[in-house]
Amino acid sequence: MNVPEDLLYTETHEWIRREGDKVRVGITDHAQSELTDVVYVELPKMDRQANAKEAIAVVESVKAASDIYAPVKGTVVEVNKALEADPGLINREPYGQGWIFVLKIDNADDLKQLKNAAAYKEQIG
Amino acid sequence: MSETAKKTTPLCEEHVRRGAKIIPFGGWLMPVQYTSIVGEHQAVRNNVGIFDISHMGQLIVSGPAAGKWLNTMLTNNIDKLGLGQGQYTFLLSEDGGIIDDLIVYRIEKGEFLLVVNAARTDEDFAWLDRHRPTDVDLKNRSADFGGVAIQGPRVAQLFHALFGEDVDLPARNHIVDLGFDGAKVSVARTGYTGEDGVEVFFRTKDAVKFWNAVLEKGDPFGIKPCGLGARDTLRLEVCYPLNGSDLSPERNPIEAGLGFFVDLTKPKFIGREALLKTKENGSPEKLVAFRMQAKGPPPRPHYLVFENGERIGEVTSGTLSPSLNYGIGMAYVSAPHTKIGAQIDIEIRGQKFPAIIEKKPLYKKS
Repeated sequence: MNVPEDLLYTETHEWIRREGDKVRVGITDHAQSELTDVVYVELPKMDRQANAKEAIAVVESVKAASDIYAPVKGTVVEVNKALEADPGLINREPYGQGWIFVLKIDNADDLKQLKNAAAYKEQIG
Repeated sequence: MSETAKKTTPLCEEHVRRGAKIIPFGGWLMPVQYTSIVGEHQAVRNNVGIFDISHMGQLIVSGPAAGKWLNTMLTNNIDKLGLGQGQYTFLLSEDGGIIDDLIVYRIEKGEFLLVVNAARTDEDFAWLDRHRPTDVDLKNRSADFGGVAIQGPRVAQLFHALFGEDVDLPARNHIVDLGFDGAKVSVARTGYTGEDGVEVFFRTKDAVKFWNAVLEKGDPFGIKPCGLGARDTLRLEVCYPLNGSDLSPERNPIEAGLGFFVDLTKPKFIGREALLKTKENGSPEKLVAFRMQAKGPPPRPHYLVFENGERIGEVTSGTLSPSLNYGIGMAYVSAPHTKIGAQIDIEIRGQKFPAIIEKKPLYKKS
């Protein structure tokens, strides 16, 4: 399973890429492979404020709907509209074109709560 | 894998070896998918797929009075069954509620095979045993047999590759005993996918050998091992009901739109009086099929159904149809709102999405 070294992770299988005072968020290769066949993505509303671990998006596979959580406290400043037409991007490029949203973070220190690649790898075994 | 004890089929190790994702289902650990539900679904629609159905129960009812007695326990008419023939039928309680839906085969003159849902096997057995007269014998043979369903338009070619070019496929809904590499297997021309197909039952010890032989011989035909995920999308596209979701002890076959499998001209069977009443008074709710009108989130069980803002029912099965690429489902809705073509709304996470009540089946082979 692909777990890029330069990203941060949550226990709930989101990946986080820091981009200055913002973070880009998607779901991990492991998560997409468990879900398989993503058929619908409910994106968060722009400008929505969210607390860490708050459900703000939904990824639906053929079988089930799964909540996607804000990894840290922040405001939604970008959503990946491409997923509306092609939700399968999450399966094909989970760390690339399959990103889900960008948060402007309130406090960069919050990122310290997240897992590094080694810790996430250990979690998924 | 789970805190509570779960049963495994004789093919469980094969599923794990081939990388299947395993989930608990009806007291069993079963493969939900190997690589992709959509890919497995398409394999069955376009080529052929194989499913492990070893979890399903097999009950044998025998004795000179077996047929006559079973006809008082099941809704369809057993007298219509010739030797080696099967029919879809229901086991009802006195109030008409569905204990199980099953297929009964006449395998000998006075001997019947009942293939029942995994999760209901023990309950079915207990119910039948409680009502059984002393001159009818009832056995639960579920632990002795494994089974697979081989489904898809290329099943006939694969059947001949397995059993020989000169061996005939059984006719639709018929079952025959055939030899396979020294083992005896029973092959029935039945299925749960809307495609041509067979269901094959064999001794537990022959399960791995048969499974691997089918996959090997099926390779040139594009066979894929398939899980419960694809089984569910395939059956829902053709509106076959799933026990525990679309059928339950609170529902009867008339409400479920399956009156075709109930013979009310039979003088006596358990649940008959209740069904006659339902027929006379009309059922307050009916199981309908629907399709979402636009791309959007797929419907799921327990989502609420509305018409012009009024709540009229609840979804029992729902998914994204891999063949139609739309959300589809079945729902019990109150009787005045069941017209084909009626526009309804499905409430998904607080938002209403338009859908249309459609004729069953939702998917038809072009």
